[in-house]
Amino acid sequence: MRRPGIPLFLARRPYRRRRRMDAARLLPLFGLFLIMLPILWEPVGDGGRRVAQDGIYLFGVWAGLILCARILARGLADPDPPPPAPSARPDGD
Amino acid sequence: MVPFNILVLVCLCYVASLFVVAFVVEHRAAGRQVPWLRSPLVYTLSLSIYCTAWTFYGAVGYAARSGLEFATIYLGPTLVFVGWWWVLRKLVRIGRTQRVTSIADLISSRYGKSNTLGVMVTVISVVAATPYIALQLQSVTLSFGVFAAASDGSALPDRAATAFWVAVGLALFTVLFGTRNLDANERHHGVVTAIAVEAVVKLVALLGVGIFVVWGLADGPADIFARIDASPLAAWELQPGRWAGLIFLAGAAVLCLPRMFQVMVVENVDERHLGTASWAFPLYLFLMSLFVVPIAVMGLERLPPGTNPDLFVLTLPLSEGQGGLAMLAFLGGFSAATSMVIVASIALATMVSNHIVMPIWLRLRPAQAVSGDVRRIVLRARRLAICGVVALGYAYFRLSGGSEALAAIGLISFAGAAQVLPAMMGGIFWRGATRVGAIAGLSLGSAVWLWTLYLPSFGPDAVIPAQMMAEGPFGIAWLRPQALFGIAGMDPLIHAVFWSLVLNTAAFCVGSLFTFPSPVERVQGAAFVNAFDEGADAGAWLRGKAESEDLLILSQRILGEDEALTFFEAEARGQGKVGFLPDPTPAFIDRLERRLSGSVGAATAHAMISQGLGVAAVSVEDLMAVANETAQIVEASARLEAQSEELSRTARQLREANAKLTQLSVQKDAFLSQISHELRTPMTSIRAFSELLIDGEMPPDIRSRHARIINDEAIRLTRLLDDLLDLGVLENGTVQLTLELVSLRVLLDRALTVAGSLQPHRDFTIHRDAAAENLFVLTDPDRLTQVFINLFSNARKYATGLRPELRIAIRQRGGQITVDVIDNGPGIPQAAQALIFEKFARLSDESRAGGAGLGLAICREVMANLGGSITYLPGQGGAAFRVTFPLRLQIAA
Repeated sequence: MRRPGIPLFLARRPYRRRRRMDAARLLPLFGLFLIMLPILWEPVGDGGRRVAQDGIYLFGVWAGLILCARILARGLADPDPPPPAPSARPDGD
Repeated sequence: MVPFNILVLVCLCYVASLFVVAFVVEHRAAGRQVPWLRSPLVYTLSLSIYCTAWTFYGAVGYAARSGLEFATIYLGPTLVFVGWWWVLRKLVRIGRTQRVTSIADLISSRYGKSNTLGVMVTVISVVAATPYIALQLQSVTLSFGVFAAASDGSALPDRAATAFWVAVGLALFTVLFGTRNLDANERHHGVVTAIAVEAVVKLVALLGVGIFVVWGLADGPADIFARIDASPLAAWELQPGRWAGLIFLAGAAVLCLPRMFQVMVVENVDERHLGTASWAFPLYLFLMSLFVVPIAVMGLERLPPGTNPDLFVLTLPLSEGQGGLAMLAFLGGFSAATSMVIVASIALATMVSNHIVMPIWLRLRPAQAVSGDVRRIVLRARRLAICGVVALGYAYFRLSGGSEALAAIGLISFAGAAQVLPAMMGGIFWRGATRVGAIAGLSLGSAVWLWTLYLPSFGPDAVIPAQMMAEGPFGIAWLRPQALFGIAGMDPLIHAVFWSLVLNTAAFCVGSLFTFPSPVERVQGAAFVNAFDEGADAGAWLRGKAESEDLLILSQRILGEDEALTFFEAEARGQGKVGFLPDPTPAFIDRLERRLSGSVGAATAHAMISQGLGVAAVSVEDLMAVANETAQIVEASARLEAQSEELSRTARQLREANAKLTQLSVQKDAFLSQISHELRTPMTSIRAFSELLIDGEMPPDIRSRHARIINDEAIRLTRLLDDLLDLGVLENGTVQLTLELVSLRVLLDRALTVAGSLQPHRDFTIHRDAAAENLFVLTDPDRLTQVFINLFSNARKYATGLRPELRIAIRQRGGQITVDVIDNGPGIPQAAQALIFEKFARLSDESRAGGAGLGLAICREVMANLGGSITYLPGQGGAAFRVTFPLRLQIAA
């Protein structure tokens, strides 16, 4: 339910910020999925696959997660900006 | 090769430099001139106490035994930090707004500042951390042993003695820097900085060894990959249960371990640092684990079989003749072990002193809550608690005899700490979570953990007899520690984690669903769950009769004199007062309580302020009493309101009656002069004509005319007097009624005939309803006729239009007959409607038509005597009267 005083539609910048929050919430779920993925693989040692490849995959996912988290955190770490006055123009971004 | 003595010397120098770092930072922090202390980098590095000696040495051993599974221990925390927006952000916000001092304080504060929960979490944490501390001592001892063996080939130095001195050193350092001050926010800048330095040493050491292995011993990454695939690690198989379970367990542990909570939430100086840590801490973990597999593979390849893989980080450089690198690796491991022990013992000591020692002390000496030197007691309790925690770890180390696999011990500890998870997550996301639920979940979960994991970890026959392990207690098979409910075949660790957390969560949910939280609990629950709503306030001090001076004395004991005075002065200034004693407003007391809880924990601060205030903490009974009083007041005011409404209604009636009386009195006066005039006029003419008759001779016709005039006037007088007399009789109720059965039509005919003699020149159109008039009525016909005559005459007199009309409508309803007499004249103004039936009432002098104003009054009395009524009908387009009377009049006996 919408609390009074909060606009129904947001300007561009707060809107982007909200989506960034969503992305920050989704990132661990996405990461969990990728990390759990090896469970579905066929066992190592049958000749088809090599343990080093598993390691590279795992560390690759890991590095990817760190990179994404870094990109997301840049815009999120600052506290919420004060809600702009109703008459304020969009910030042109 | 590094001589053992040099190693000890380097080690001491390292510790000394840590002392210096911690001391300088503490000193600078006191002067508030260290901006870099508040940098996210220091925060992130301090988080690295997650990587203990277990990580440093154990991860390689883990990888050598179980391949890539070691990574789960780091992937769990990585996910938690990458998902900081979900949980960590909220935890840190709550930690800051509620001034949480430890994880026990968080749980206790959330569930109504319950000390029972604080004690439970403290006990669980201490029990779970003890093996972990033992593990650190063990790893340091082992690494000393490796160096001693390598340097002069002599036997290991006395392991127990080594561990003992390490423990003593750690306790000393922790006491010195962990309890130097009783900071309002429980932050230890010196310790945190020292730990950040140690984090760098750890990382550099492990990376150094890793780089040496990959580029020194092997020929770069490609070669390493080939060697990995050729090594025993290639046979590793991913076990889905352990893979998922360990990732979850590590994620839970990073949230619930007391030491992690300490650096993550309590030592956090700025919420924004969490944003940086969300990627920087996973990066740290990434780097820490990057070379684990290569080191393990090279160790397995190059070192003689039977070498403890847990010590590959040390033994590999040593065996390759890299004494300096080995020294660095040793320092890294030493750093990892010491930083963990320091922070863990600070965190545990805070919990022990706030939730166990202080409540007991306060209960024993309630009077000293205000006057005693609480500050000194708290610090002493903390110091003792630190020594106690380290001593427990040492005792465990001696008792367990040093289990070789480091990883197993670490995971047992993780599983114990994770028991707090349901209560914590429920507490910050679910307002319905209650104290009883949390207690139930915690006790059941930790009991299952003890039974299935902790006690068996001492080894067969150590605590639980082997027979009981195999067959269950008293032969109850479904209670076997490693096959609860008959589910055998699971990995023991996953089995324990699974059952303890499932039962924990279930008990927590069921307990919460079926109990009702206390008011303080509900207030705290709302403040925690809605931590991001502005203005969420946990104010509970409804009534305070506190003396500010008492509070000042109390705070000085806890915060220290300067700080307390500064705080009080600022508060007083905030209230617009000069001096050090602000008014004890609820807001002020609330802030003070939070400030104190930063030092001694929420429950203790609450209890102390309660005693300082001289009021008991707000209990359910108090609140219910307040609610009752309120309800009574509401009821009383409702009653008063009703009464005052009734009074105002009566007053309104009285005012109306009074107005009527006044009007009547005026009319009566008017009428008295009128009646005098009425009586006087015929009397005057009678006197005048009678004198004429007496005096003179006159012709007989004139005389007879005079006599007739006298006669007429006398008749008029008589009629007037008759009317008055009649009215008197009617009003007294002494009238004699003669009942007869007559036709209503006959009555109306007669009345119309009589009335028609008045102003016979005027032609009235009369509407009648012949069918309705065909009614036989038992009544006094003469009296009823009199009423109708009066009404018809009035109509004839007052309906002065061009085409005067008269309508007579008759209705029978039940035993009542209604006759409406309606003309098309000007009607009666509303103001006069209430008066026309009064005696002597007349509308105005202009419309006066010879009557004395008694007609309608007589009508009303007649109708009352006939058991009916006469009323004026407004809104009929003219004057309209409704006469109601019974069809069959019964005369009361």
